[in-house]
Amino acid sequence: MIKTDVVIIGAGPTGLFCAHQLGIIGLKCEIVDNLDKIGGQCIELYPDKPIYDIPAVPECTGEELTNNLIQQIKPFNFNFHLSDRVQELKNENNKWLVKTLNGKEFETPNVIIAGGVGSFEPRKFPTKSAEKYDGKSVLYSIKDKTIFKDKSVVIFGGGDSALDWAIELSNSSKVTLVHRRDEFRGAPASVQKIRELSDNKTIDLITKYSIKDVKGNGSLESVEIKSETGESKIIKADYVLGFFGLIMKLGPIAEWGLNLDKKTIPVNTENFETNKKGIFAIGDICTYPGKLKLILSGFHEGALAARGCFKYARPDEKYRFEFTTASSTIKDRLGVKE
Amino acid sequence: MAKIKYIEFNGTEHEADVANGLSVMEGAIQNDIPGIDADCGGGMSCATCHVYINDDEWFKKLPEKEMGEDDMLDQAFEPKSNSRLSCQLIVSDDLDGLTVHMPEKQV
Repeated sequence: MIKTDVVIIGAGPTGLFCAHQLGIIGLKCEIVDNLDKIGGQCIELYPDKPIYDIPAVPECTGEELTNNLIQQIKPFNFNFHLSDRVQELKNENNKWLVKTLNGKEFETPNVIIAGGVGSFEPRKFPTKSAEKYDGKSVLYSIKDKTIFKDKSVVIFGGGDSALDWAIELSNSSKVTLVHRRDEFRGAPASVQKIRELSDNKTIDLITKYSIKDVKGNGSLESVEIKSETGESKIIKADYVLGFFGLIMKLGPIAEWGLNLDKKTIPVNTENFETNKKGIFAIGDICTYPGKLKLILSGFHEGALAARGCFKYARPDEKYRFEFTTASSTIKDRLGVKE
Repeated sequence: MAKIKYIEFNGTEHEADVANGLSVMEGAIQNDIPGIDADCGGGMSCATCHVYINDDEWFKKLPEKEMGEDDMLDQAFEPKSNSRLSCQLIVSDDLDGLTVHMPEKQV
């Protein structure tokens, strides 16, 4: 059990800057995110896309913004719990007990939800029949590539994951790559390699087809694919892999008894607390009259939520507002030598 | 201003007058029309405002896809050759009478 002042759910820009604000006012926090890296949507959806509306930063990419935010909270040495997801929130004696998917447990007076639009999960095949093989022979990520040796593997998708795995597995498996159109969004070098492998018959490349059905009798035997014009083909398959990118799902957050408005959490704009005492929501996931889904709004919301946490984390102390330029206490926290 | 018809997967029809300059996605969100999620808010980074343009004439008449739209559509639920991201369809008088069909689901 880890005891802390605040658990932040979500390591996107809003969560990161909120951690900074907590550090500035002397609170500790632990940050949980279900991606394997820090940065949230900025790093997962648009690491290379330029952002033009961060105050005082005329232009930066999602990756640069993330790196700068990480740099900014370095002095506080907060712990990140990546590839993990907060599953359960329970109130006991005015404290929140927080449990994660990987079995970590936290005790904290405050939880700040900075979860964007929810957690990222792989998009799955639309076909119902694929569900019963999910995790066994229908896969959306690869942990151990040796299982594919000498097997028939049908890969769906047109991005880098699909192309890279098709190239990689073609060394030791019978690979069929199926994509819904002729163009691929993967790196040009990979696309060229795929075309070569297809030309010399190392892999089967089938475009303008998508999945229709998976078939098997206990174990997976084949996958049926369809074109938009109605043709279908059946391909022998021991494994079917789908790489359609990630989607965002609210996930367990919906089950914590919070008021919800569609997929967002209503908050007050004084400290961004939700209908539950000690649970705050900031960034894209919160809503209030006039809410803007901008990173800069998330920064503001995080600063106020941090102050909101103070009274529960330090009930016997009075919060004092200080400027970073002038406060020696804050400079000590930042490790700044004068 | 354009009158846009949104048809849910179950056949329920909605009509909205959408001001020029807004996207077809925003027209749905502002009028509480279900079936379009728009998780990323219009940044062409999520593929949850996916619609089908079933009328071929209309499909051809729409502004062409910009770079990246098809890449995002690869990641949509059941994309087809008449798929578009409704956040990329900017409303003008020319779009008056457009009908979009929503997929079975967005995520």
